[in-house]
Amino acid sequence: MKPVTTMDLDISKFRGAFFEEAEEHLATMETTLVELSVRPDDAEQLARIFRAAHSLKGAGGTFGFTDIARLTHGLEEMLDELREGRMQLTPALTDLLLRCADMLRLLLAAAMEDTAAPPYDHLIAEIAAARVVPGAEASAEIAAAPAPAADQPEDATAIDAGWAAPDLPAPPSNHREVQVTFVPEADSLGHGMDPLLLLRDLSEIGEIVENRADLSRLPPLAELDPELCHTGWTLRLRTERSVDEVRDVFAFVEDSSRLEIGEVPATAEVAPAASPAPAPIVSIIPAPITTPVVVEAAYPAPQVTEAKPAADGEARSLAASSPAMLVKNTDAARAQAAKTSTLRVATDKIDRLVDLVGEVIIAYAMVAQALGDPSTSGVERLREAMATMDRNTRELQERVMSVRMVPVGTVFSRFPRLVHDLAVTLGKKISLELVGEDIELDKGMVEQLADPITHLVRNAVDHGIEMPADRIAAGKSETGIIRLAALHTGGSVVIEVSDDGRGLQTSRIRAKAVANGLMRDDDSMSEEEMHQLIFLPGFSTASSVTNVSGRGVGMDVVKRNVETMNGTVAVASRVGAGTAMRIRLPLTMAVMDGLALRVGAQLFLLPLIVIRESFRPKAAQVKTILGRGEVVLVRDQSIPLVRLHDVFGIEDAERDPAHALVCIVDTGSARVALMVDEPLGQSQVVVKSLENNYRKIDGIMGATIMGDGKVALILDATAISRQAARAAGLTREARHGTDACAA
Amino acid sequence: MKTVLIVDDSSSMRVLVAHTLKEAGFSVVEGQDGKDGLDKLSGGPVDLIITDLNMPVMDGLELIRRVRQLPKHKFTPILMLTTESQAHKKAEGKTAGATGWIVKPFNPPQMLQVIAKVLP
Repeated sequence: MKPVTTMDLDISKFRGAFFEEAEEHLATMETTLVELSVRPDDAEQLARIFRAAHSLKGAGGTFGFTDIARLTHGLEEMLDELREGRMQLTPALTDLLLRCADMLRLLLAAAMEDTAAPPYDHLIAEIAAARVVPGAEASAEIAAAPAPAADQPEDATAIDAGWAAPDLPAPPSNHREVQVTFVPEADSLGHGMDPLLLLRDLSEIGEIVENRADLSRLPPLAELDPELCHTGWTLRLRTERSVDEVRDVFAFVEDSSRLEIGEVPATAEVAPAASPAPAPIVSIIPAPITTPVVVEAAYPAPQVTEAKPAADGEARSLAASSPAMLVKNTDAARAQAAKTSTLRVATDKIDRLVDLVGEVIIAYAMVAQALGDPSTSGVERLREAMATMDRNTRELQERVMSVRMVPVGTVFSRFPRLVHDLAVTLGKKISLELVGEDIELDKGMVEQLADPITHLVRNAVDHGIEMPADRIAAGKSETGIIRLAALHTGGSVVIEVSDDGRGLQTSRIRAKAVANGLMRDDDSMSEEEMHQLIFLPGFSTASSVTNVSGRGVGMDVVKRNVETMNGTVAVASRVGAGTAMRIRLPLTMAVMDGLALRVGAQLFLLPLIVIRESFRPKAAQVKTILGRGEVVLVRDQSIPLVRLHDVFGIEDAERDPAHALVCIVDTGSARVALMVDEPLGQSQVVVKSLENNYRKIDGIMGATIMGDGKVALILDATAISRQAARAAGLTREARHGTDACAA
Repeated sequence: MKTVLIVDDSSSMRVLVAHTLKEAGFSVVEGQDGKDGLDKLSGGPVDLIITDLNMPVMDGLELIRRVRQLPKHKFTPILMLTTESQAHKKAEGKTAGATGWIVKPFNPPQMLQVIAKVLP
């Protein structure tokens, strides 16, 4: 058995898992509370939020976070009353519960950073006051410290009867003799209880000096049911333990058996066996049995939690209360534990990976074997083996990638609370719909998405949805709807934040653009082109700065954030009908589907997600427009032509567009036609950072190694279109909706 | 090596319990709710079941009842892992067929001690 400190350290090692889970429980609590404020007696939601508090309390206590356990205990009790229908959920109560959730977040943060917990006694008092059950206050306070109290076994309120009394070194005392009569119910074996184990436990806390089995109930062999227990025991135990400690051995069977335990006066003779005299009596002295789990008798039970009141502001944690840990677990290690990003993966995903690795190894053996056989059949087998290997490797790649995938719901879950709070602040009525929470995205991206989505949702609440009176005047329902949706489209995921509010006000965008010199008063611009202006840095039409959506630093940042994930943002809006912001993202940043292209001798890869179409233009389709440079005419639209050989200074490339190929690329805010020599085919590649291995090059987002070992540079369509726009001048960019100033 | 099935919807508790058990020389199977736990039972031999009570999909009491109906697990020890120290929960669990209980919060040595009480 390992020393106890090792066990404690193990707990601290899993604190990261607790923190992650606690965040989820808190998010569940908030989401559910907001939903409950609409339907206060939704039993399922009440059960859900109760479960969240319950799990938080159990895990919090076990991991040594007394404050979290203490506050959630109060919460759990109250939620239990709500769940049982003894209390009603009022707006005041919802508010209290939300404030508790906020406090839990603070307590969690304090626990993570190992700093002093903020005072929260007022919340416990409020919970107690809100509860209706008489004496609730008292019970909340008593139970406020759900400590195992293993170090004080005599405290009957704190230690649970179900606990085996920890095998503490008993205080020196005289041996006493205890007589035990134990008659289990006949069907007690069916509960997984083996009476022999109890006798073994007794023999471990003392010496069994006499043991009589009462076989009077034993039926004849022909009628004997081996699944029933027909035996009872009366035994005398010489022990240093108290009668209560002896009784604890039987804690699990106390209710389902006849149990008599009493101290035998030192001089008294053993009382005759409880069974009548004619019964056959067998003496059994159980030998000590070795088990795989040996619990050392001399374990000092470590103090996991502290029962002190929490208001004194001291940092309390597992570490603080256990001197042995303080030595081993340095601050740095703790900080590390709290910050290490963890990823929870379903076991079956890992199992499948292990299987696949096995298959790859078999395929490898097949290849090795076939290589040793120079005959024709050997070549044939080699080909087969390679095909197997190829299939397995491909699947392995997919599976490994899927390990990093987490549902976007982990980000979505924070928004019901946000929208609820903002709506209350602004006096609006808003209902938030979440769609597609199960859709999975790369974990890194899900984390990076939080800020952009928060911004879009805030905007929708602040600028999109009108005040209730205005909505009624506009013939809409009083309650506005914001929809946060995730959906799969081909190889990408689209996150859409839409509202049924007033839509983008093009007149105000125009005024602002003119004021900022982005366009002239008499410039004509389509509605769609004007919408693109909101992505320019510093562009905001909010007439007053509110603390909800801030000072107009925003959409450009959203756009840049999304672009670092190789994604695009687009806007669609109709005055009076609402706005939809659409973030389109590749499934993962680590692997990318791309079109391999050749320009001169240089290989490029263009992310498939941005390509709209590719074709060889006729000479008549390429025109030079004064002040705008070369454009390609596609269905009445003129799209700026970007010659990649010019951008990257490649000399041996095709210069005549009519002999080359153009790829129309849509970055969400701009379209450009990239001119290349020829396409080489579609492939899935692993993206390698150029910055980490070389240096940043404008227009290139990374590199990859192709199947034949050649290096291909991955084009950054957004940066290239930006460059092209910059080259053509600021006014024109505004007109064509390319984002010139970002950078 | 004895195998323990641990059923709990709290992943951090599962991680902690599983690690403790592995350190103590057990093989561990995990289930994230009652139904999942029941499914895992068909996967191979299990010598001890430790289950939380309050879980989504299928709660611990229902799991215990169903496990006891399986001839293979009629005598398998089952420990309830729960914060609910109230007597009625334990009584319900016992009626359903549980062998004993472990009260959260607990520390690993305490848990192993309770396990030692029910595993031969």
